[in-house]
Amino acid sequence: MADPDILIRARGLTKVFGGSVAVDGIDFELRRGEVFGFLGPNGAGKSSTMRMIGCVSPPSAGELTVLGLDPVRDGPAIRARLGVVPQEDTLDVELTVRENLLVYGRYFGLRRDVIAERTARLLDFVQLADRAGDQVEPLSGGMKRRLTIARSLISEPEILLLDEPTTGLDPQARHVVWDRLYRLKQGGVTLVLTTHYMDEAEQLCDRLVVMDRGRIVAQGTPRDLIAAYSSPEVLELRFPVGEQEQAAEKLADVPADRTEVLADRVLLYSADGEATLAEVRRRGLEPATTLVRRGTLEDVFLRLTGRRLED
Amino acid sequence: MAWRRRGAGHPGGAALAARQLRFWLTNYRRTWRGSIYSGVLSPVLYLAAMGVGLGAIVDARHPAGLGGVSYAAFLAPGLMAAQAMQTAMEESTYPVFGSVKWLKTYQAAAATPLRPADLFHGHLLFTALRLAMNACVFLAVMAAFGTIRSAWALACVPGAVLTGLAFAAPVEAFTVTRTRDSSFTMLFRFGMIPLFLFSGTFFPVTQLPAVIRPPAYLTPLWHGVALCRSLSLGAAGLAGSAAHVGYLAGVAGAGLAAGRVTYRRRLHA
Repeated sequence: MADPDILIRARGLTKVFGGSVAVDGIDFELRRGEVFGFLGPNGAGKSSTMRMIGCVSPPSAGELTVLGLDPVRDGPAIRARLGVVPQEDTLDVELTVRENLLVYGRYFGLRRDVIAERTARLLDFVQLADRAGDQVEPLSGGMKRRLTIARSLISEPEILLLDEPTTGLDPQARHVVWDRLYRLKQGGVTLVLTTHYMDEAEQLCDRLVVMDRGRIVAQGTPRDLIAAYSSPEVLELRFPVGEQEQAAEKLADVPADRTEVLADRVLLYSADGEATLAEVRRRGLEPATTLVRRGTLEDVFLRLTGRRLED
Repeated sequence: MAWRRRGAGHPGGAALAARQLRFWLTNYRRTWRGSIYSGVLSPVLYLAAMGVGLGAIVDARHPAGLGGVSYAAFLAPGLMAAQAMQTAMEESTYPVFGSVKWLKTYQAAAATPLRPADLFHGHLLFTALRLAMNACVFLAVMAAFGTIRSAWALACVPGAVLTGLAFAAPVEAFTVTRTRDSSFTMLFRFGMIPLFLFSGTFFPVTQLPAVIRPPAYLTPLWHGVALCRSLSLGAAGLAGSAAHVGYLAGVAGAGLAAGRVTYRRRLHA
């Protein structure tokens, strides 16, 4: 491969299960040291893509190169250099925290003393040092996630793959995980993650692709995507039950880049939310609640697909 | 193919399978106490109840004995082969199903340098180790009951391991395709228990009605029982033993080939 800084390269990558197309001919490149995200709703093909990158699912068509190697032919050699945090917990809940890292480290052929040294360091990093001798079963969801992250790092991987790293966690546990991932990013680790949380994508990703129904609908930095597909500000209006339809009609001539009528609220995209709100009030409309906020990736997704990310 | 050494610096299949064997050994450190029952206590109980207790009645009716030996001496090597089947069935159902369905530790291992076939081979190695341990214990129990008639009885240990693998490999290949555990109850009820009762362990297959004798001769357990019995009684012939070993190795080999495919389909979909 020409550019050694391109760690993953996909061209027309496709995955078909039975008759259904999970990933439909996607192109992307991952560069060394970046945090790259796949953003999309459930069923968009993110996990299937991750499994192909992780060399546990052979592509149905297209080209895929990971670390300059072919996943079908060189699967074991590639997997030896990857760390994987799967969507579902796959910890051995019958073993202790420390034993989980021991067993996993051995899969990579690491010596016991190397594993012991890394285990101490990694459990410290994920704030589980005091639970080293405990069974995994009673740990909280957030702790299990952090242990899975520690486990994925035992082999000092060149790329860390995280499939929905914070799905199912409460907000506090999510922030702890984000903080750890942010530290890894600062340390120069190359991360690939999938998420359907736009805040996760915005906070962590240097660059991301937006996926929907197996296809990539847009790609770029979070900032560029918002600039291209949203507006600097968004005015959100909620009307009393039953009045939204009528209100939406009256809003039609309010000057805005775009108007989205959702089931529970109306979104008006403009450069200046407060000015737009003044226009709304001038038409005699009095929404139950109003909110002016900046444009987000959620708005990007809505614009590109007509649907919301989290449903 | 799967055992071929890869390029320099990359471990071969044997080394990768050994890594998975070590996982099962780590796991066994937690569960070995439970296996003592099936490994030690069960041979003692069976030989005491059926070999000594029931044997006293059988031997009284047939002073010449079954093929010239006491019922206990006839029964013991058959039980050894049957125990190997039982251990193999235990080991190749719930532990494997649990790894792929409940704990998903197989999925975790599949994300490492290990290939699905390495996971399969690693677990078969562990099963073989357990079979060998159980067979050694069984042999000691047989010696204590005075039922061994030949030094060839030592060869019952590899014989029992092979018998067990003829069950473990195909059953494990099947287990990894399952998404629910209800199949195993059926397998035990309609597979293992009839084999246990009618494959020559407790009485010669010649006692069965003529119509069901041929299928009995086709079961791997009958070959295992016949092999272990002839070795233990010092009556093994080369041609007969080679036929039993060949048959059992054939079944195990077919299971091995099937399992490499089913493991890959399940874990690398």
